Amino acid sequence: MSNTVQERETQGMEFLQSLPRRWVTIYIPLAIFVFVLLFPFYWMVITSFKPDAQLGMHSTNPFWVVAPTLQHFKDLIFNTPFPEWMLNTLIIAISATFISLFASVFAAYAIERLRFQGAKQVGVAIFFAYLVPPSILFIPLASIVFQLGLFDTRWALILTYPTFLIPFCTWLLMGYFRSIPYEIEECALIDGATRWQILTKIILPLAVPGLISAGIFAFTLSWNEYIYALTFISSTDAKTVAVGVVTGIIEGDVYHWGELMAGAVLGSVPVAIVYSFFVEYYVSGMTGAVKE
Amino acid sequence: MLSRSLNNSNVLGLLFMLPAAILLVFFLAYPLGLGIWLGSTDTSLGGTGHWVGLDNYIYLIHDPIARLALFNTIFYTVVASVIKFGLGLWLALVLNQRVPFKTLFRSLVLLPWIVPTALSALAFWWLYDAQFSVISWTLVKLGLINHYIDFLGTPWHARFSVIGMNIWRGIPFVAITLLAGLQTISPALYEAAAIDGVTPWQKFRHITFPLLTPIIAVVMTFSVLFTFTDFQLIYVLTRGGPLNATHLMTTLSYQRAITGGALGEGSALAIMMVPFLLAAILFSYFGLQRRAWQRGGDK
Repeated sequence: MSNTVQERETQGMEFLQSLPRRWVTIYIPLAIFVFVLLFPFYWMVITSFKPDAQLGMHSTNPFWVVAPTLQHFKDLIFNTPFPEWMLNTLIIAISATFISLFASVFAAYAIERLRFQGAKQVGVAIFFAYLVPPSILFIPLASIVFQLGLFDTRWALILTYPTFLIPFCTWLLMGYFRSIPYEIEECALIDGATRWQILTKIILPLAVPGLISAGIFAFTLSWNEYIYALTFISSTDAKTVAVGVVTGIIEGDVYHWGELMAGAVLGSVPVAIVYSFFVEYYVSGMTGAVKE
Repeated sequence: MLSRSLNNSNVLGLLFMLPAAILLVFFLAYPLGLGIWLGSTDTSLGGTGHWVGLDNYIYLIHDPIARLALFNTIFYTVVASVIKFGLGLWLALVLNQRVPFKTLFRSLVLLPWIVPTALSALAFWWLYDAQFSVISWTLVKLGLINHYIDFLGTPWHARFSVIGMNIWRGIPFVAITLLAGLQTISPALYEAAAIDGVTPWQKFRHITFPLLTPIIAVVMTFSVLFTFTDFQLIYVLTRGGPLNATHLMTTLSYQRAITGGALGEGSALAIMMVPFLLAAILFSYFGLQRRAWQRGGDK
């Protein structure tokens, strides 16, 4: 690294630390963190390509795959209902995300900008709703789902996922709406725009980053949801991918490790893709929701 | 007439709140109430129940497995949260330095948090396998141990193994949110401190930590909340075994209510978690209040 004045300035106070010191305090800890946090994924992927004979790994080097095979992926796709699980999860996650976004945009706008009587209390209630965990609701919800005749259908999950998505998205969008200057809205009101026009033509276009953040979050949260999907769905073909891979591939005491890992890899791919395209939105959503 | 009432913020507010309110009242508030009601009945799967007052709770308080589950839950939450906080803060401090490919590292580090827990738990299940664990294999080859570790086979091994995975999954959340907090601290403060000749520890103790306290309170409340109500990790790795050593309140209530059919008892177990959650929520609420004074500096 060259030592021009400009470089020095952007480096802040880094010059106070010697290079060996930076290795001990920064680079080595960072390398260990990254290794530990990523190794399970490496192991998952490498196992999914290993032929069964290598899974015992007593002779060869287990960290590398000698004769990679696609057999596990083939078995998974053609001999198990894995494609159905993926399709179910996709339909459920996308529907739940859109329902939640729709409801949240109106709710957040009403709470933040319409300032109706009791808006503040409703805002606090939304925050508390966000803190109610699914694991204390799943038993009564199961009986409600059953009484509605939705048990074992996609609707059971599409209608219940918004219970944790709406509070989160509303809270996030409230923060975004707050950052849009009031003056813009006032100008529009003076020009005779209706509330509906203000919302669709001014606020929503300005809040697009917030909508993307909320949408991605809602999508990954619904993709990863487990306890509702485990409780409300019983037939194998109707399961979501997380539940299906865990409960549907194991036959008695026989663990098809290669297939299980292939399922884990493929089941994680959609969220990983969505995440990799929108990392910045994801991070700002995560930190924004906690900060505001 | 209609258009005039549509410009009234109360009418319009009500209208705008409607979709969210319907879903939340029917699928969140109502089940919460129903859960409290179910907790005081002897309802079983497919049958109608009768009101039994506090019998479920009295039974559960004297039930050794429920007590064990409560102990496990508190142990799991406390140990995992403390370690997650320590390591997460460390990672945040490291990432807050000028390192090459910082954005890339930040994205990679978050992966454990975004991948479905049930699926990454499968990877850990394989890593913790009694016969084929690569962790044991490495340690044996390095000559550190003689026998393969039975990660999930004995009560204490299993407890620490599930805690290990929970920490792995939770570090990114703590680290990235604290990193966002760290980035709001003005570098001018560190420069002033450097001129005064402070040690790195003093810098952390008297600048970083006090300014970070409000966000730490919020992050840790969420972390405690998620850990206390964890379900899928345990369900995939151990299903509560061995000898109920890793049963949390959530997995036990699933086992009693859904597998065992005792909806009333399961609900009572779930409701017993509420006081703990309320404590966490109140903590969070005051944490948020304390943040107001420095909101001006936030992005």
